Amino acid sequence: MSQLMMQFPPRSYPDQSAAARIVITGIGLTSPVAHSLAEFRAALLAGRSGVRKYEIRYVGETLAGVCEFDNLRYQTKKDLRRGTRAGSIGIYCAHEAIRDAGLDWQSVKKHTVGVYLGVTEHGNVETENEIYLIKGYNYDTSVWSHHHNPRTVANNPAGEVALNLGVTGPHYTLGAACAAGNAGLIQGAQMLRLGDCDLAITGGVSESIHTFGIFASFKSQGALATHADPTKASRPFDKQRNGIVVAEGGCVFLLERLPDALRRGARIYGEIVGYAMNTDATDFVLPNAERQAECVQIALGRAGLRPEQIDIVSTHATGTDSGDIQECAALRRVFVDAPNTCFNNTKSFIGHAMGAAGALELAGNLPAFDDDTCHATINVDDLDPDCELPGLVLNQPKTIRKPTYILNNSFGMLGINSVVIIKRFAVPPQGAPGT
Amino acid sequence: MVPAEIREEILDILSDISPDEDLSGLVDEKPFREQLELDSMDFLDIVMELRKRYRVQIPEEDYGKLASMGSTVEYLTPRLAEVARR
Repeated sequence: MSQLMMQFPPRSYPDQSAAARIVITGIGLTSPVAHSLAEFRAALLAGRSGVRKYEIRYVGETLAGVCEFDNLRYQTKKDLRRGTRAGSIGIYCAHEAIRDAGLDWQSVKKHTVGVYLGVTEHGNVETENEIYLIKGYNYDTSVWSHHHNPRTVANNPAGEVALNLGVTGPHYTLGAACAAGNAGLIQGAQMLRLGDCDLAITGGVSESIHTFGIFASFKSQGALATHADPTKASRPFDKQRNGIVVAEGGCVFLLERLPDALRRGARIYGEIVGYAMNTDATDFVLPNAERQAECVQIALGRAGLRPEQIDIVSTHATGTDSGDIQECAALRRVFVDAPNTCFNNTKSFIGHAMGAAGALELAGNLPAFDDDTCHATINVDDLDPDCELPGLVLNQPKTIRKPTYILNNSFGMLGINSVVIIKRFAVPPQGAPGT
Repeated sequence: MVPAEIREEILDILSDISPDEDLSGLVDEKPFREQLELDSMDFLDIVMELRKRYRVQIPEEDYGKLASMGSTVEYLTPRLAEVARR
């Protein structure tokens, strides 16, 4: 047993009943490369980047991942005018997830549904827009919009989803920096376990590309990626990486308790068998490999797994110098005796979708349970020796033998770490617990 | 602006606020709310847009005078008489 395992011994969830088993039964997403899971998976296997040139006020030309989903599919023009882009992304993804889950939404009791969406930040876009507007009126605040408060309250994206879908159960967002996508998923699973809801609409959203502040701040920090070829700009683990490509996106998972999903004959993408969140408590922005490793170990322990049982690790790496190295150090520490575990990275394709990143990156990996393939991390022309991991899947997808476990890392500023582990779902025999 | 221009301006504002609705059959004498899906926040949008476009300040006690196209044009005509349409 490794020192880390001794320090964080396996500790299972208190409730081991079938009703405490939480499964994913629907996925809806929008990303810079695709607006459905099937298209997203195809892009990841084809090595297609979604990063492009992008202009934003004050910063000028930069790079970003932009989502061009059909925003009028589930909203009116008036809805779009009144609400926020984050809300719109959430609404699109939630509808797609419900449709994907095969739910008869009309017959769902809306008070039994909870909406839990992760966000990195919310309200910066709307605040910047209002300040820009009143600048044209010599900073006369009497033209400041009465829509500003409902647009910028922290629960806005989840609230817009609830409003649009008629959900009367709980709704709120989870502010969890770039760990938010996993945080939303974890919250949904926990609330199902507690019985607070029977269906959980979870995941994460980000509208951050519409705020100049995020670009300007990363630029000032020396962490904004640049490259003559936009599709090469997001390059975690490569020696020439020079920062983050900001992307917008959203991903919603529909979660249910296993017996409910089985009862209605739902397709099950996988079961959430482990998760963990912890805190570095060391720095505002610099990651801490030791705490990240602990977070992974805690999740493994809760799932009752050894590191070598994990087939795919979806890394968080963003393309920053320090961040990628620290995460690889953490992973080397945990997966020291796991020669068959594969590691990949989704940000190399779409950039960093912030609050949606963790959820999108997990979603893109889930089809591996069906196609027995680990998608790659692209744009690694010259691997940084400090980022070497034995199972890093570089530039080309790798065929793997019937993967059973996928582990998804998602970390963020102020030292927030999150890990989720999903298990391939096998239909239990009749009469087995949970059927 | 003359009343006809004010009416055009209000129609333009309404088309921004209610982009999904057909405004061609709007009856001037009937309240907006009987013909369009407008809530209090939309109504404030009309007030705000007039403030932005023409710096006209409409006190809260006068909001009732903006209930229909006819009453709105009547209310605004003396206030926008000296203003040129944008």
